[in-house]
Amino acid sequence: MAALIEIEGLTKRFGAFTAVDKVSFSVARGEVVGFLGPNGAGKSTTMRMLAGFMTPTQGTARICGEDVVERPVAAKRHLGFLPEGAPTYPEMTVLAFLTFCMRARGFSAGDAAARVAHAMEMTQLEGVRLQPVETLSKGFKRRVGLAAALAHDPPVLVLDEPTDGLDPNQKHEVRNLIRAMAPDKAIIISTHILEEVGAVCTRALVIARGRVVADATPAELAARGAGMEAVFRGLTLGEAA
Amino acid sequence: MNATLTVFRRELAGYFATPVAYVFIVIFLVLSGALTFTIGNFFARGQADLMPFFSFVPWLFLFLVPALTMRLWAEERRLGTIELLLTLPIAQWQAVAGKFLAAWAFCAIALSLTFPLVMTVNLLGEPDNGVILAGYLGCLLVAGAFLAVGAAISALTKNQVIAFVLAVAACFFLTAAGSPVVTEFLSQRIPELAQVARGISVTDRLAGFSRGVISARDVIFFASLIAFFLFANTLIIDQRKAD
Repeated sequence: MAALIEIEGLTKRFGAFTAVDKVSFSVARGEVVGFLGPNGAGKSTTMRMLAGFMTPTQGTARICGEDVVERPVAAKRHLGFLPEGAPTYPEMTVLAFLTFCMRARGFSAGDAAARVAHAMEMTQLEGVRLQPVETLSKGFKRRVGLAAALAHDPPVLVLDEPTDGLDPNQKHEVRNLIRAMAPDKAIIISTHILEEVGAVCTRALVIARGRVVADATPAELAARGAGMEAVFRGLTLGEAA
Repeated sequence: MNATLTVFRRELAGYFATPVAYVFIVIFLVLSGALTFTIGNFFARGQADLMPFFSFVPWLFLFLVPALTMRLWAEERRLGTIELLLTLPIAQWQAVAGKFLAAWAFCAIALSLTFPLVMTVNLLGEPDNGVILAGYLGCLLVAGAFLAVGAAISALTKNQVIAFVLAVAACFFLTAAGSPVVTEFLSQRIPELAQVARGISVTDRLAGFSRGVISARDVIFFASLIAFFLFANTLIIDQRKAD
């Protein structure tokens, strides 16, 4: 099956600092890739380049065959992206915000309303649909961002820390949601939470200092040493020494 | 075009969802009215036109318009919503145009709410309403020019205060370049520059409009100024969106 996400030699330099160094991998339909790494390893930078927000210094990425540098608008059409921190317009209501996102994606008013209703149901936002986003708790805000990324049912999902700030029940719900969507999408989620990788991901990609240092199934990764955490430490600290 | 319209609607609704719109409109109306009737000698002049009003508009826009534009991009950067906006499948120029047009439409709303002035002159005398309309068109073009400049400056920074101060300075430059103080000073010392200063001045051009003269060169001046700064805005966003 053709890969929905193809990343080729993606590199980002900020002055002399190389944040992402020739990262290459691809993700096929049905895969949920857990993007792991310490803070500052280049997870968000890689995701931002994939989403077409940052321009790569070198290399490129393709979403459903569309090059994010050459044809950014076409590539973004196939993508649902949750930026780090799930930014939203604070003065807008949940309903208005999600409708704006769908209208900007070119859906007609009726179509947008149906998709927004479905997305709010999936992320359990109906109770707060008319509240301004700024009045919501952190967990709700995260789910609003998630709903905006999901509502157009994109084949590719890139979620930067989707469960950050959620309580254990909400985390559980979001993981179920990701698992339910997984069969017909290519999904990348970044996370600090190692047990999350075991819970939802079919593949773990560890990145440290801008490079991919491991690419395996969560079970394989855990089997390399005394559990996931020890392996993660070994991979990410060993390099830095 | 559809995406531009979506951004436009969201932005325009945003002004009215916060107190920004009401504060802006009330202050603009109070100041423009007060200046027209006091310093402008609206009654004592004994002429049925809006000259005094039009002459104050650029000076009011000079600091009110940067108050609108300072948040356009700086706020998006601060909140991180720029990442959301620019990862939607819309071209950058569409986002730029949508934001600019919404701010411009907002200025048009504020200007149109000065209609009691038009009613007043029509009650007191027989003004040439065509001239008044031309004056309003001139004011709208000045607003557009200031907005385009301010929006481009806002794209450069995530600090709204910096965006405001720099935009006021730039608008002041465009406004004061044609004032007698500047042009006399320059024509005595550097006559070549006096010509340039008069050329970029929006006040001189607005004076033409408020006399009822809509000349092609003035319209082209404003159109090219707006187009240039919107283009610059798009380039700045493209280059520095992730900074």
